[in-house]
Amino acid sequence: MQMPTPNAAVLSKKARIVERLQSVLPEDAVIHDPTETRAYECDALTAYKCPPLAAVLPASTEEVAAVLKICHEEGVPVVPRGSGTSLAGGALPTADSVILGVARLNAVLETDYDNRFIRVQTGRTNLSVTGAVEENDFFYAPDPSSQLACAIAGNIGMNSGGAHCLKYGVTTNNLLGVTMVLMDGTVVELGGAHLDAGGLDLLGVVCGSEGQLGVVTEATLRILRKPEGARPVLMGFDSNEVAGACVSDIIKAGVLPVAIEFMDRPCIEASEAFAHAGYPLCEALLIVEVEGSPAEIDEQLGLILQIARNHNPVELRESKSPEESAKIWLGRKSAFGAMGQINDYMCLDGTIPVSSLPLVLRRIGEMSKEYGLDVANVFHAGDGNMHPLILFDANKPGDLERCEALGADILKLCVEVGGCLTGEHGVGIEKRDLMTSQFTAEDIEAQLWVKDVFDPAWLLNPAKVFPLGATESRRAA
Amino acid sequence: MTPVNEAELAEAVAAAKGPLAVRGGGTRPIGRPVVGEPLSVAELSGIELYEPGALTIVVKAGTPLAEIEAALAAENQRLAFEPIDHRGLLGTTGEPTIGGVVAANVSGPRRIQVGAARDHLLGVRFVDGTGTIIKNGGRVMKNVTGYDLVKLMAGSFGTLGVLSEVSLKVLPKTDVIASLRIQGLTDAGAVRAMSQALGSPFEVSGAAHISGEAGQGAITLIRVEGFEASVAYRLAQLTELLVGAEGEITHLTDPAKVRTLWRGVRDVEPLHDHAGDIWRLSVKPSDAPGIVSRMPDGTRVVYDWGGGLIWAATAPGTDLRAEIGPYHGHATLIRASEATRAALPVFQPEPVRLAAISQGLRQKFDPRGILNQGLMG
Repeated sequence: MQMPTPNAAVLSKKARIVERLQSVLPEDAVIHDPTETRAYECDALTAYKCPPLAAVLPASTEEVAAVLKICHEEGVPVVPRGSGTSLAGGALPTADSVILGVARLNAVLETDYDNRFIRVQTGRTNLSVTGAVEENDFFYAPDPSSQLACAIAGNIGMNSGGAHCLKYGVTTNNLLGVTMVLMDGTVVELGGAHLDAGGLDLLGVVCGSEGQLGVVTEATLRILRKPEGARPVLMGFDSNEVAGACVSDIIKAGVLPVAIEFMDRPCIEASEAFAHAGYPLCEALLIVEVEGSPAEIDEQLGLILQIARNHNPVELRESKSPEESAKIWLGRKSAFGAMGQINDYMCLDGTIPVSSLPLVLRRIGEMSKEYGLDVANVFHAGDGNMHPLILFDANKPGDLERCEALGADILKLCVEVGGCLTGEHGVGIEKRDLMTSQFTAEDIEAQLWVKDVFDPAWLLNPAKVFPLGATESRRAA
Repeated sequence: MTPVNEAELAEAVAAAKGPLAVRGGGTRPIGRPVVGEPLSVAELSGIELYEPGALTIVVKAGTPLAEIEAALAAENQRLAFEPIDHRGLLGTTGEPTIGGVVAANVSGPRRIQVGAARDHLLGVRFVDGTGTIIKNGGRVMKNVTGYDLVKLMAGSFGTLGVLSEVSLKVLPKTDVIASLRIQGLTDAGAVRAMSQALGSPFEVSGAAHISGEAGQGAITLIRVEGFEASVAYRLAQLTELLVGAEGEITHLTDPAKVRTLWRGVRDVEPLHDHAGDIWRLSVKPSDAPGIVSRMPDGTRVVYDWGGGLIWAATAPGTDLRAEIGPYHGHATLIRASEATRAALPVFQPEPVRLAAISQGLRQKFDPRGILNQGLMG
């Protein structure tokens, strides 16, 4: 993975930069010792590492503004970092960059149940946002798998999704407003407790901009009342095609489940060996969950089971109790861990039109054979967001490269059938060089205009999202 | 100019010698008066792709909304964000197009439950101010590949580019619809009741309040949709929840009547007979009654979105923002004479730095400043 050559002028004035940062932050909030900056050398894409020049941990919007102002004046690239759980390398530093971590910005600023929002500092973790309103039976809907650890700042940066997007949408659909610091230190407010933009939807373009337009320090998030209950069913089929057709029929029937999860045979076998959830060993398995009052759940599940029966399932298991629900979810929730037990794996994130599911699964199977690497599929089927897991051996020379090549081919296939490279993880560095398979030069140029306007000096997270060749002249300017 | 395909549209923009006034169906003449040669996308029409099983539809920008709604209804689906038909309120005729819906980011009562037009917009193709064709987003529901220009285009009123094609998320139509009606609530009481309903687990899909005059004739409406048994259950639960509130509660269950009633809320029918100006405010719901109380005497209002959306009918030429003083949110002057729309900012004035960012974006997407020049101020 190519990264830009560090700016020698910046490297040579490290002492001065650190001194200036120390003048606006508490002593323990500026990390510059090479043994300590190593803690920030990578995020959850651990294949790539580079310690930053320094890392700072501001505790207020004012401190963030002071840091950015200094970095702007000194021409230092800044890499914003939430909790460092990015699977795409969104928080990977360069040697000449300052990591701006939001971990100390973790307060709840306001909860308003009448108007159904919560205002938090963005270093707060996703799950702890729900934690703050749970006692009143409210929740924050986007639920990325990393929700125990990942920060709202990163969720906004990547426009994170989760398993329940089919009903509740992703981060951008649940984000009402932000306080954001621009690269020159100016603080701006976008949105608020009201709905929609009064002019151009700047909030909409900030969400998902991977920390390249500004540093979001506070967020107003929509909270929802918890449903009265939720219950899943598990269904097994003897082919991916039939499972795919069943998903399509459920959606067409007018039921809107909160989640439809799909696992294929390699994944079922691995998670069964690991978690012993009692899953049937079949070709494809669906978990479909619906919400509402007990009677509403019965009605919806009745309809879903009827549709499933039309597809001759090899197994149909309806949960009758919270214990049975937990058992149905157990294997799915253990899937990644189960894979990690057997092997190193790389998790992809392409999205495809649901109608292409059978074709894509078949092609992935063929590619897996061509490359000689196993692929297990576990994903959100309702919205077409695939998570193929490519198994490889990091200690075997050439395996990582082969895995990356297979991953690139799978993502190109997703684009080919009308989908996209990434559904919820973001581009980061991981998919940066694949952008040209989805976008023309003109499509990319229009996105760069937005960065030109928000960050004319191109200092915020500059080596991400776009192919380096497309941004070189701007970064050098 | 009336190009018939995207390539012709791109050529027309590239060859333009002066300002262009971009039009879809011409039913939503919102914004500051625009001078320029008319450029219509009405001939870029037709459904490109509709996959009911994937909940997505791809259409050319000039496609009549009615054609899309009919195609979706045939599969028992719909555009869930319930776009308002502005014709009654703005006194326009013609066919609303999907491009206009997207360009103005128009939604209806169900916005409170399922999101706005921008939340259902999955992808766009458009022509920028130099005549270059650009695409963003796609036709899948989860997509974080690159910047989200889709959101930027929604509600940009043709000032960043001319839409040629859009893809949208669609949702299943519901079986049954019903409504609670509470009569005689004050504005503050109504917002409290609507907040209670929206904060309940009973999946309210609309919460509106039509203010009474001198405390008479006020009506508050709470809508639920879904499967039959579920609707009946939720109606009963909501009644129990709100029984403490003042006002008389009745159940409206005749589907045709409930639909007509909510179409009236969507299209702001109670203000259609008003001769003056129409403003639209987006605010924090609990702030709404206070804001309305600061409006000039005689202002008639309709609340939607649980109080978060205020439609206000004022005397012609009223600077409503000045009358109500500082508040959080935004106000748009939806209907007024050309003179008033030239004199007052139609869109909420932005703080200096944000205005500079918006201006900077327009300059990048339309360097010659020819697309609906000045429409958004």
